[in-house]
Amino acid sequence: MIEIKNLYKDFGKKNVLKSIDLTINKGDKIAIIGPSGCGKSTLLRCINMLEIPTKGEVIFNGVNLCDKNVELNKVRQKMGMVFQQFNLFSHLSVIDNITLAPIKLGIMSREKAQKEAKRLLKSIDLLDKKDEFPTSLSGGEKQRVAIVRSLILKPEIILFDEPTSALDPEMVKEVTELMKKIADDGMTMVVVSHEMSFVEEFAVRVLFMEDGRIIEQGSSDDIFNHPKSKRLKEFLSKISK
Amino acid sequence: MDILFDIWGFFVSIWDNFYYSVIYDNRYKFIIEGLCNTIIIAFFAVLLGIIIGIFVAIVRNYHDKTNKLKILDKLVKLYVNVIRGTPVILQLMIIYYVIFRSVDINIVIVGILAFGINSGAYVSEIIRAGINSIDKGQMEAGYSLGFTYSKVMKYILMPQAIKNILPALGNEFITLLKETSVGAYIGIIELTKASDIIASRTYDYFFPLIIIALIYLVMTLGLSKLVNIMEVKLNND
Repeated sequence: MIEIKNLYKDFGKKNVLKSIDLTINKGDKIAIIGPSGCGKSTLLRCINMLEIPTKGEVIFNGVNLCDKNVELNKVRQKMGMVFQQFNLFSHLSVIDNITLAPIKLGIMSREKAQKEAKRLLKSIDLLDKKDEFPTSLSGGEKQRVAIVRSLILKPEIILFDEPTSALDPEMVKEVTELMKKIADDGMTMVVVSHEMSFVEEFAVRVLFMEDGRIIEQGSSDDIFNHPKSKRLKEFLSKISK
Repeated sequence: MDILFDIWGFFVSIWDNFYYSVIYDNRYKFIIEGLCNTIIIAFFAVLLGIIIGIFVAIVRNYHDKTNKLKILDKLVKLYVNVIRGTPVILQLMIIYYVIFRSVDINIVIVGILAFGINSGAYVSEIIRAGINSIDKGQMEAGYSLGFTYSKVMKYILMPQAIKNILPALGNEFITLLKETSVGAYIGIIELTKASDIIASRTYDYFFPLIIIALIYLVMTLGLSKLVNIMEVKLNND
């Protein structure tokens, strides 16, 4: 579905991504781990072009997104993204957050979007909060709303950028449970996370990045129980599961 | 008894001054005309300023975010720098004595244009600051849902930025109300010029100046109060 070829990203003189090659297939559950500043979030953001790569190709369903003539907004409707800081629209109620895109992008009628949003909110037990504003929700609730906000567009892939890093510990589970449920429904997912127990359980494929490169990749069993590279061993020894 | 006559005489002379400054020969009409022109110029100038300001702010923001419109961005930056870097009285004189030198045009319209063009530069900074104050995650969330730049602006950034922008625009209007007094210099009969006209007939500046000072004060303090109320209301929503 997505093919990343020889991808580079510089911020000024700093090379954040160096020669990244990655293929994402339909239904993949990929987790990207690595120390802070290794470029994992940048890689994720290059997939939906929130960061424009300096060099290389990101090919989505046969279209090279780095091509200037591509209508990125159309492509992004097919790629959901969930952010560390939730980024719910603070001027809109919960239900309006979810229905804004389908209505304003002309994908659904207002009635259909409302109905669909209510169904989604019910599935995450937040239907009673549909008219609340984001400020009155807990972090876990905000993130679950943010996840269904991207689900309503029926994306082909969802990118998760450290979805649990800004949450209080007791709220991590409600978000990871929802993510597992979405994964079980067959969604293609790429997750940048520091939540190792979740990664180990969830990911079919794990990428370990350091200093802008993918150092090692494999099944979660390979990565966590049989690490090969010295750097990955060091990394795993420093983190507690 | 003499002292009582002196006091009496003092009040009579004050009344005389007031009478000749305001009532005699319908001189209050100058003040009313001046007040109307002041309000008209400030109101339409701020309106013109908002139109120019939105345009400039969006060009600059669009350029910052997408690196397109390079030449237009340079032009609007030049405009903002020139306007903010020169005195408004100079801009007014250039527009009246240079640009409209040989054109027969209502001087109030000249005032509206000059103050509007001036205000546009300041309003554009107000709007830019309003947009920039919104967390950039809001824009990214909009993009990631498939919105274009203009839809992100319209549905996500502007509705949030307006809370910061509206009170600042109110203050800009208050500033303009006072600043229009500069228009007296090219002969626009606004409030300050009106008092000058009256004083030049009575040779007494006391009442004409005090009266218009009170009018300016009532307007600006009243509007400040309104801006405060608006601020509180917007923050509670």
